Amino acid sequence: MFFLPQHRRHAEFWEGVRDQGSVAMGISAWGLMTGVAMVKSGLSVAEALLMTFIVYAGSAQLAAVPMMVSGAPLWVILAAAFCVNLRFVVFSAHLRPYLMHLPRWERLVSGYVTGDLSYVFFARRYPKPGQTPDELARQQAYLMGNCAVNYVGWMTASVVGVVLANAIPTEWGLGFAGILALLGVLCSLASSHLRVLSAGVAGAAAVAAWALPLKLNILVAIASAVAVCLVIEHLDPKRSGGHRGA
Amino acid sequence: MLDVDPWTLLTIVALGLITVVTRGFFFISDKPWSLPGWAQRGLQYAPIAALAAVVIPEIVMARGQLVDTWQDARLFAALAGMAVYLPLHVGLGW
Repeated sequence: MFFLPQHRRHAEFWEGVRDQGSVAMGISAWGLMTGVAMVKSGLSVAEALLMTFIVYAGSAQLAAVPMMVSGAPLWVILAAAFCVNLRFVVFSAHLRPYLMHLPRWERLVSGYVTGDLSYVFFARRYPKPGQTPDELARQQAYLMGNCAVNYVGWMTASVVGVVLANAIPTEWGLGFAGILALLGVLCSLASSHLRVLSAGVAGAAAVAAWALPLKLNILVAIASAVAVCLVIEHLDPKRSGGHRGA
Repeated sequence: MLDVDPWTLLTIVALGLITVVTRGFFFISDKPWSLPGWAQRGLQYAPIAALAAVVIPEIVMARGQLVDTWQDARLFAALAGMAVYLPLHVGLGW
């Protein structure tokens, strides 16, 4: 997708490469850690590599691995991963007018390779969709420049992490590093009072409902947190203000 | 080390489809459309709830019980992680 010459011949492609290059170290560190954590949480090297190449979504991978290892049913794992990934649904609604000139499979491939930071950089660079085919092609080139750096940096670091993981003693407890990383992501999402409440309700409900079979406590926790927040928002609409970003 | 459990493989492929569906959610249909209002508002709260539901029991529970001692290394790890993370996030906008 991003290796197509039609993107590379625009200057915007290389601008995207430079912009995303400024955060490549952080992306690589997160990928390395994800690679190590997947193996240390109980996946085999082959499984961790397949997950890296197929799933390409760090938070969802780190959230899914402990559930897979503990034998949770498929639909519960998928529902939880879907919820972790819901921010991308918001991003795709925003990006729709920028991409609708492309055929469907190209739109889906573009979406698949667009991670959090590529979206953030793109949305900052282009507040409005292009008005002409040339403008749209340049915007797409910028997005693909970002995605290329994100993809290569993430994949390389993840593979290194998966391979290195066997050289690291299990006693160091690095499987837990994945949980700590997710805790960091969680804090970065806590941008309003109701979101903090959502995290609190979900955490408490997940602990209280721990005894449920099939890891259903995760789904109970998500549903109750979202319901509580929607009810409070409905009763007191001004509390829903103050969101930063998506 | 190189063994692949068939069930795990199926889970991984399905998780890949989840990535495609969520990242391309509004690219699938050619017709313009949008989610109902309650679902759009729910999107604000579901991701953080999903992360909290996975993360918090892993930190405060061991073998199906609440951790009953502050000596547990995981609590310190979480606090230490936050002590490093929060200044970076607030100060540098990471």
